[in-house]
Amino acid sequence: MTDLEFQPKIIGFLCNWCSYRAADLAGSTRTRYAPNVRYVRVMCSGRVDPAFVMKALSLGADGVLVAGCHPGECHYLEQNYKTMRRMTMLQHTLRQLGVEEGRVRLVWASAAEGHRLAKAIDEMVDRIRSLGPLRWPAGWQERPEVLAAIERVASEHASAAQEVAT
Amino acid sequence: MNAETKPKLALYWAASCGGCEIAVLAIDERILEVAGAFDVVFWPCVMDGKVADIEAMEDGSIAVCLFNGGIRTSEQEYMARLLRAKAKVLVAFGACAQDGSIPGLANLLDRDTIFRQNYVESPSVDNPESTLPTATTTVAEGELHLPAFYDTLRTLAQTVDVDYFLPGCPPEADRIWDALSAILAGDLPPAGSVIGARTTVCEECPRTRHEKKVKEFKRTWQVIPDAETCLLEQGLVCCGIATRAGCGARCPSVNSPCIGCYGANDGVQDFGARMMTALASIIDSNDPREVQRIIATGIPDPVGTFYRFSLANSFLRRSRRPVAAGAAAGAATRGED
Ligand code: FES
Repeated sequence: MTDLEFQPKIIGFLCNWCSYRAADLAGSTRTRYAPNVRYVRVMCSGRVDPAFVMKALSLGADGVLVAGCHPGECHYLEQNYKTMRRMTMLQHTLRQLGVEEGRVRLVWASAAEGHRLAKAIDEMVDRIRSLGPLRWPAGWQERPEVLAAIERVASEHASAAQEVAT
Repeated sequence: MNAETKPKLALYWAASCGGCEIAVLAIDERILEVAGAFDVVFWPCVMDGKVADIEAMEDGSIAVCLFNGGIRTSEQEYMARLLRAKAKVLVAFGACAQDGSIPGLANLLDRDTIFRQNYVESPSVDNPESTLPTATTTVAEGELHLPAFYDTLRTLAQTVDVDYFLPGCPPEADRIWDALSAILAGDLPPAGSVIGARTTVCEECPRTRHEKKVKEFKRTWQVIPDAETCLLEQGLVCCGIATRAGCGARCPSVNSPCIGCYGANDGVQDFGARMMTALASIIDSNDPREVQRIIATGIPDPVGTFYRFSLANSFLRRSRRPVAAGAAAGAATRGED
């Protein structure tokens, strides 16, 4: 029950020409779906650099959604195929870094597919909720005894220096 | 010039292999000019010196400190803080200080795993009682301390403020000399910048380039590449596209792909992301299954390939560490009712 209190923070990069409109449509048709995605509108899914995704995770996002036009329908010809290859490459790398399957997703949704996008978001939120928070930056923290050690070294040196001086 | 009036120079090493120390000597007889121009006050690798002597100096009284290596222990962090305080100009010297480099790849693991591997499981180790190093040991005479070992190796700039970066594993002799001359002449770029080229290894590479389209990534042992064509076009993962120039494209010139030791070029925030973007663009397939297969078989070790020198300085810095103590305590207790 208390698990439901975890609200995943998801960053969504949405293509201006299709998925962003799909989100608009979902809104104007009052489709009910999870409110966990913060949207960033990009001109094309091909604009999404793997660095954007990793930066989002490193800043505390629990997941990242990238959404674009269906294959063959990108307004910049082939860019969404590149996105697909890039995301495959990124997911391959993230797996080795211990990021679970499902935290980073690529979805195709046309401007008419508000429902499809809403459903994908619901699924993604469910999945991430069951995985739990990612809390990436917390993984950089050293253990308390390590933090204490550095202060001890510093104070030992300081008192030794004082002894020499007096 | 006598020692009193000469600017003071310090060199130090932390989590590194020692190659950067050798690289300084690789400037050959010009080392005598360095000795002529600077008063070398601290260089543990080649001369005797005491930390206490450095501690006794006024803050800012060392003109330049060349610091190589990443930060992995409390002692290294202490030395980084000390030399930061004493040096007017602190230079992150070499790939380890700048990006973590090879020691930073241990950020795929954590302290306990590293210790177990090195002190217990390694086949050449004989340690029947599985004794592990600990930061504090109590003996009859009192407490003994060893430097504490971190879970995550940090770069120098993640630890203290750094004025300049001199990239390379190790930095090329001529680039070291350029940097030292620039420091001597007071002719330095804005603080925080890399002393080096503003372009990629591809610009220095003599190979010819055409349109790149590959059906397969190959590992170096699988092919003998032709000597003229771009290695990437031949399916070898060459990191020249993301890597800062400065080495003279040494590796590609001898038929070996660039592995990225000079670190990210200007404008590249995350070295691995740039590599992923570039490689994904040249895969000659639009079929998701085939793309999966090409990537999975051709790049079996993506982190080691894309972040060989820069994992510690990437956006993610390390692999996921389930945070047991402190930070994640809330998560662990949640859902228990
Ligand atoms: S324009 Fe929508 S994915 Fe390219």
